[in-house]
Amino acid sequence: MGKRDYNLLGPDAQRAVQTGLAAAQWYHSDVPRREMKELMQRSDGPAIRDTVILLVALAAFAALGIALWPSYWAIPFWLAYGVLYGSAMDSRWHECGHGTAFKTPWMNTAVYEIASFCMMRNSATWRWSHARHHTDTVIVGRDPEIAVMRPPVFFKVLANFVGLFDAASGLTRMVYNALGRVHPEEAVYIPTQEQHKVIRVARISVAIYGLTIGLAIWTGSILPLMVIGLPRLYGAWHHVMTGLLQHGGLADNVTDHRLNSRTVYMNRVSRFIYWNMNYHVEHHMFPMVPYHALPALHAKIKHDLPAPNLSIAQGFAEMWPALRRQLANEDYFIQRALPPTAQPYRTDFHAAALGSATR
Amino acid sequence: MPHWIDACATGDIDAEDLIRFDHANQTFAIYHAPEGDFYATAGQCTHEAVHLCDGLVMGHLIECPKHNGQFDYRTGEAKRAPVCAPLRTYPVKVEDGRVFIDVDA
Repeated sequence: MGKRDYNLLGPDAQRAVQTGLAAAQWYHSDVPRREMKELMQRSDGPAIRDTVILLVALAAFAALGIALWPSYWAIPFWLAYGVLYGSAMDSRWHECGHGTAFKTPWMNTAVYEIASFCMMRNSATWRWSHARHHTDTVIVGRDPEIAVMRPPVFFKVLANFVGLFDAASGLTRMVYNALGRVHPEEAVYIPTQEQHKVIRVARISVAIYGLTIGLAIWTGSILPLMVIGLPRLYGAWHHVMTGLLQHGGLADNVTDHRLNSRTVYMNRVSRFIYWNMNYHVEHHMFPMVPYHALPALHAKIKHDLPAPNLSIAQGFAEMWPALRRQLANEDYFIQRALPPTAQPYRTDFHAAALGSATR
Repeated sequence: MPHWIDACATGDIDAEDLIRFDHANQTFAIYHAPEGDFYATAGQCTHEAVHLCDGLVMGHLIECPKHNGQFDYRTGEAKRAPVCAPLRTYPVKVEDGRVFIDVDA
């Protein structure tokens, strides 16, 4: 394929539409309807429990961080607060955006708005960008949420472990939107009748950040920003670490999530922070299944999936060398073997994308 | 003049569920509401060409399996983004344990 153009208004976007890659039918593992209905059932219980834990922990860590400020003893509490704010909120944004975390709609909406603000994402914009991500997962020129483009820019990837580029682009776009403008790339996937919400959300966010900065200046302390804003930087590392594993080093321009998404077994703490999105192939195949049912879904379809990575470290050991190889060869990607029990990859359908560049 | 088509038996659809029904190059979704009534809509989501038959029925809502958009399947009203346009609905009648839909409505 050669040089990729990730611009949503560029030639690769047009090519994806012309070749049928855009809004295509994707492969799904077979799950009997009654079993799938069970898996899709909504419940408030798990998400209320997890949200209470999250909010109480955030309040406790922030209180201890403030109480111990400015001694070094405050550092561990700020680090813990940061991970919950700058990483756990990413998964809450994600699941509540799908509307699957809670059964009760207003609970999804409330947590979605809070989490979007924490992550410096416009809640109106990102609802639509994520819909596109699910329609055209890692389709070049169509997916606005590709974390690692080819060839990878490692400086940018590493800087985002402390949120530098993501936060900068989030704040820049927030101010741009607050001035009453919707970016042309946003207009590609946000319906016209929804665009006024983008501007309203941006103005509310700018007002809150303005008040926080004003409070910091008035008190002569960065403490207000340690609570609101900065944790998006110093706590981002966990969501970047897990987020890179979702699709990094795998195929693009295919219509089988087994080829472009990665399931990774993780420890319980990371799964709490990440809300089980480590079952990422499963999530993309069946986005209606709530986070708390993903382990059960995984058990039902793992016979049809590549073997999951056994840990975050093993996932990185697989992904990172592939990203390095993409520096020299943009077409290179990892194609994982399927178990004998799986339906084969449709190599005829994906021939143009798969080529001979796999390992 | 209604054009009633025999779509399925009432027992073919579990309560609070739906099935797909195809007829003459058209595709439909037929619903069995929790209180026992039957409804019919166009089969595909108005957001993208995804069939609703794999979605989840919750009360009187159908949730699209791809992007979690929701419609009230009794009226076709779009209830949750990313769906904005309403879903076309079709009249339904039940006779002798069979579900009929007026496909020309």
